[in-house]
Amino acid sequence: MSDQPYHIPESSKLPFAMAVTLLVLIIGAANTVIDLGTDSNSYLILFLAFAMMWTTMFFWFRQVIHENQAGLNNPMLKDSYVYGMAWFIFSEVMFFFAFFFALAYIRNFAVPWLGGEGEKGITNMLWPGFEATWPLMMTPDQAIFEGPKEDMSLNTAYSHGGLAGVLGWLPLWNTIFLLTSSLTVHIAHLGLKNGNRTQFNVWLGMTLVLGYLFVIFQGLEYYEAYSHMGLTLNTGIYGTTFFMLTGFHGFHVCLGAIILTVMLLRSLNGHFTADDHFGFEAGSWYWHFVDVVWVCLVAFVYVM
Amino acid sequence: MSTVVETHDHEGHHGPAKGLTRWLFTTNHKDIGTLYLWLSFTMLFVGGAMAMVIRAELFQPGLQIVQPEFFNQMTTNHGLIMVFGVIMPAFVGFANWMIPMQIGAPDMALPRLNNLSFWLLPMAFGILVSTLFMPEGGPNFGWTFYAPLSTTYAPSTVNFFIFSVHIMGISSILGSINIITTIFNMRAPGMTLMKMPLFVWGWLITAYLLIAVMPVLAGVVTMMLMDINFGTSFFNAAGGGDPVLFQHVFWFFGHPEVYIMILPAFGIVSHIIETFSRKPIFGYSSMVYAMASIAILSFVVWAHHMFTVGMPLAGELFFMYATMLIAIPTGVKVFNWVATMFRGSISFETPMLFAIAFVALFTIGGFSGLMLAIVPADFQYHDTYFVVAHFHYVLVPGSLFALIAGAYYWLPKWTGNMYDETLGKLHFWLTFISVNITFFPMHFVGLAGMPRRYPDYALQFADFNMLISMGAFLFGVTQLLFLFIVIKTIRGGKKATSEVWEGTRDLGLEWTLDSPPPHHTFTVQPQVK
Amino acid sequence: MTYIKKLLPKLFLVLPLLLPVAAKSAEQSDYNMPVGVTEVSSSIFGLHMLILWVCVVIGVIVFSIMFWSLWKYRKSKGAVAADFDDNFWLEIGWTVAATLVLVWMAVPSTQVMVKAYDDSEGEVNIMITGHQWKWHYEYMEDQVSFFSNLSTSQEQIDNKIPKGEFYLQEVDEPLVIPVNTKVRFLITANDVIHSWWVPDFAVKQDAIPGFINTAWTNVPEAGIYRGACTELCGIKHAYMPVVVRVVEQEEFDAFIAQKVSLAEEEKMLTSKVWSKEELMERGESFYATNCSACHQANGKGIPPVFPALEGNQVVLSDSTKQIEILMEGIQGSAMQAFGKSYSEVDIAAVITYTRQAWSNGENGDGVIITPKDIVDYKNKIDL
Ligand code: HEA
Ligand code: HEA
Ligand code: HEC
Ligand code: CUA
Ligand SMILES: [Cu+2]
Repeated sequence: MSDQPYHIPESSKLPFAMAVTLLVLIIGAANTVIDLGTDSNSYLILFLAFAMMWTTMFFWFRQVIHENQAGLNNPMLKDSYVYGMAWFIFSEVMFFFAFFFALAYIRNFAVPWLGGEGEKGITNMLWPGFEATWPLMMTPDQAIFEGPKEDMSLNTAYSHGGLAGVLGWLPLWNTIFLLTSSLTVHIAHLGLKNGNRTQFNVWLGMTLVLGYLFVIFQGLEYYEAYSHMGLTLNTGIYGTTFFMLTGFHGFHVCLGAIILTVMLLRSLNGHFTADDHFGFEAGSWYWHFVDVVWVCLVAFVYVM
Repeated sequence: MSTVVETHDHEGHHGPAKGLTRWLFTTNHKDIGTLYLWLSFTMLFVGGAMAMVIRAELFQPGLQIVQPEFFNQMTTNHGLIMVFGVIMPAFVGFANWMIPMQIGAPDMALPRLNNLSFWLLPMAFGILVSTLFMPEGGPNFGWTFYAPLSTTYAPSTVNFFIFSVHIMGISSILGSINIITTIFNMRAPGMTLMKMPLFVWGWLITAYLLIAVMPVLAGVVTMMLMDINFGTSFFNAAGGGDPVLFQHVFWFFGHPEVYIMILPAFGIVSHIIETFSRKPIFGYSSMVYAMASIAILSFVVWAHHMFTVGMPLAGELFFMYATMLIAIPTGVKVFNWVATMFRGSISFETPMLFAIAFVALFTIGGFSGLMLAIVPADFQYHDTYFVVAHFHYVLVPGSLFALIAGAYYWLPKWTGNMYDETLGKLHFWLTFISVNITFFPMHFVGLAGMPRRYPDYALQFADFNMLISMGAFLFGVTQLLFLFIVIKTIRGGKKATSEVWEGTRDLGLEWTLDSPPPHHTFTVQPQVK
Repeated sequence: MTYIKKLLPKLFLVLPLLLPVAAKSAEQSDYNMPVGVTEVSSSIFGLHMLILWVCVVIGVIVFSIMFWSLWKYRKSKGAVAADFDDNFWLEIGWTVAATLVLVWMAVPSTQVMVKAYDDSEGEVNIMITGHQWKWHYEYMEDQVSFFSNLSTSQEQIDNKIPKGEFYLQEVDEPLVIPVNTKVRFLITANDVIHSWWVPDFAVKQDAIPGFINTAWTNVPEAGIYRGACTELCGIKHAYMPVVVRVVEQEEFDAFIAQKVSLAEEEKMLTSKVWSKEELMERGESFYATNCSACHQANGKGIPPVFPALEGNQVVLSDSTKQIEILMEGIQGSAMQAFGKSYSEVDIAAVITYTRQAWSNGENGDGVIITPKDIVDYKNKIDL
């Protein structure tokens, strides 16, 4: 406990601006999806909302950083940020949990039942000829959901040549990138703690390179899936779970990479000290979390 | 010790800003608490008005006032608004007001985030309610929005519904992060976890539940969004999915959600009972362990809402046993309340009357919950008015009574004025009588076979439905009296002391503050022995 | 006023006494769970009464202690508070007691559950399919199937004429099953989730589109049993009742035989030459039972959810498209593939009807669709 005062920010326009931003965002998003396939321009509202979001976030973070640098934050308040981040990551874990849960249910119950196995196997009467396999290449109703031509598991050869053909199984590369980047971000952290600014900048830079490589490879994989493998969002439950899980993960990698990029820029501007750098630490937690999710993805989506 | 600094540039030192911007931009926990409470109160009248439409239509068999499609929208929005717009925000309002005061903190840990959590809610509900005025109408698939009625067969306004649920989820998660952080980080020196007031404990556990399950709700509505607009097949057997998957994910959120609506109530009621029994709460630590057990168990009972979807036998039995277990910790709480009253020195001010009614009527609701947990019997009860009776007993004379009790209990602290005790008692008795006229007969019509979400029903249910509707109208009008009492108290009345109730000084830090408390709650953190 | 003030708290004291009274009077009344007619339903009733009484007894004990304490230790009578705040053995005691009570309830519940859950094949097997908003029954052994629609008139619902005895609990064609026979139901749905419930059999099973659930019954008493759809399935959720007629075996056999010959007659009708008037007449009644729920009797629909058929471009001038819509349905909407469940004659008749009825006769191209057109369409699709 310190004698320094706990900083209660004066009233602020930022949160309210953020709330309005999110209002515009959902109006835009809902109108955009409703108008999908028509030539309306409701997506412009969505873009407006994104612009508002970036602006608000920029000012908000700037404010928080200024406050810290002005020495307004006592140790207790800094702990508040630590708790806040930790619980935020927990909420993200639970978000992914919902999708892993869906995958587990589909694989252990829904698909076997549809295919005539297990306690509700009688369901197969409705889908004559359908067999339960995983990855699910033949959907129960091919007229509505044409199954994928190839799946994403370990034996996928990327036989269509091109870059992907040369590289082989992309998830392996991505695993290497992401695992290594967890290590590099840790080394960067050590550098910062030891007051070695160059070590920090260099290793954080390497982390970012690996992170962006991951995103590029993921993009390449999606390109392969859509253009050569006949695996899309609409190819039944395999494509559904594959793209939703890897997609949300990829989205989080992007977020993490943006956060770390900002941290690098801040470091180049002389922010952070050896014992006060929670902004970066929070970003690195996030990065480790994204890494753990990837490990689960490799296990449950690609390999098993 | 921790003190407060606020970066006032030019304004005077104490007191809030003036005018509307005070409310839009505030970072003060009491202001935000007040905003939450007024939002919730407003939504109670909106959701209550929808209940009045439902009851008016069900007054007699046949279609009189509204058509089925509008009726379904009323049911759905009534449920959604009451759950997400009344009970939850009201408890967050109490948390904002009381947690810093009870743990001796200057404010909430993350005040700007706190403002954001609040202002997201009016946005989300604005969107939700506005769908009712769109040509296709609002959500009409029940507050549980089972796929595929809510996906393939839904009006396109379902997209607005989905995004507004996302926003509500973000609001709850941010609010809970704030509450957990405040409780873990900002307690006054000397206040160990096992010395925390029970309301704070209730909220600590609730916040944990919220952070665990709100993302799951966000996940399930995201799956819906994808199924509706982007051709995925989570809930479509033709692509290998399963409509029942929706229910599993939804209820994984939904069951903890119902405890989210009762754990803070347990806390409030505990404080009131110990105050007016003039005796410390019986079995404090078992109260804490009971709430924790309820929370943990709540993650493994979700499928008791799905006993008729055709789960394998082992699943049905597992979820039955797990659900029944929850009666034990809940029972412990009820017994502890009774033991607190036993050999006390009891007086019957309005908050105490509501708290006593809570204990009795919540227990009745708990009993019917236990009956629903018995799988074979649930085959007969499921989706009838028996279920409606169950959850209104735990929610209305449960959560809502606890909120009303808490409001009477702390209103003098908040406003500095005592409420009118005679009017308060009148409010209690009218509410108590009408709530039972409204919801008790629902057990009977349910057992006799009236399904829920029906705008029209067979003739043998007519008598009781009329009685129920009359009770409901009385209940509705009575709440206008409550509104009147609250406004009257805010505007004036006998001045309240800082102790407000006899002997509360030892019960909690909030009673050491002035009534109303200063703008910054504890500028210097107090020391707890 | 003061008198009332004094009296009111006493109301609380009476409350515990009311519980057993309520429970007792519920036992044999219309306002309790029906005992039902099957073995399963009566054991569920027994279970229900058991748990109800357990709860009542616990409630009376707990509430009596509570209200007695409130009375005895009220401050206005000068009670002085004790200051104990725990009692280890007492707390252990009631926790154990509650656990034992639960075990006592769990044992019979498990037994009844296991009995109710048998899903071996029945002597008669019936596929039940929930549609928006009617039930389809198919006798799997006999290739007989039909729809069961609400038969209460719209005038009764709109309070224009007095309501009949079985208001909303009557259908045009009830499900018929034989007495004293194990009947198994295979339950599924065509569009959204429905739930098939007959209280007297204690059978309530959700109908999930794309999946099959099973349930069974064995009814020892002939009679008519009424139930309902209990899962919210859209606008007419309240208007798709279940009616089951349980009959002696001979009557059941006769019923099936009659259905079989009816089906054959239907087939004959297809080859018959139909006049416009005959088609219109048949189409009108078919429309009333199968289409008016959504598109309304006056053809005006409920836009924007259900399009109007009067003045509709498809109906006025595009008969090929209309046949296709009726045969295949419209993907992802409530408009189903009627051709899969109804005869060529009915489809032809209803198309003709919609093209001639209301103002469509004057404004449209007036094309008449005959059963042969539908047969042709089917042949074309099969190729
Ligand atoms: C505040 C909200 C709240 C609370 C606290 C509860 C508490 C409980 N609920 Fe309830 N429930 C709802 C809100 C709530 N419920 C809602 C909203 C629905 C409907 C959702 C929908 O479909 O729309 C629902 C539906 C619901 C169902 C599904 C019914 C169906 O659809 O068929 C079931 C089934 O098991 C159930 C069970 C229980 C149980 C066992 C408890 C237990 O926690 C109760 C425990 C309490 C007691 C038992 C009383 C006190 C105990 C003692 C005095 C000790 C001694 C007693 C014994 C040993 C018997 N609830
Ligand atoms: C969380 C809390 C909550 C609360 C507080 C309530 C409060 C009430 N509920 Fe609610 N209810 C739910 C949660 C709640 N409900 C849920 C989750 C559902 C399920 C939805 C679904 O199936 O999807 C439901 C469903 C539900 C149904 C079943 C609908 C159906 O299945 O078709 C009914 C029917 O009677 C009902 C009635 C009432 C009534 C009369 C009140 C009363 O307590 C309301 C009190 C009224 C007021 C406070 C009104 C205030 C006063 C005015 C507006 C002034 C005007 C007054 C007059 C003109 C008289 N509710
Ligand atoms: C469960 C409700 C429901 C029933 C019953 C129903 N319809 Fe429909 N019908 C719809 C809906 C909804 C649409 C609009 C689908 C869309 O365009 O997405 C529709 C569309 C149509 C169309 C096409 C109209 C257009 O503008 O494209 C025709 C023709 C039609 N129905 C005829 C019928 C006939 C004839 C019957 C009775 C045999 C019938 N419908 C029964 C719900 C129903
Ligand atoms: Cu079918 Cu409700
Ligand atoms: Cu539950």
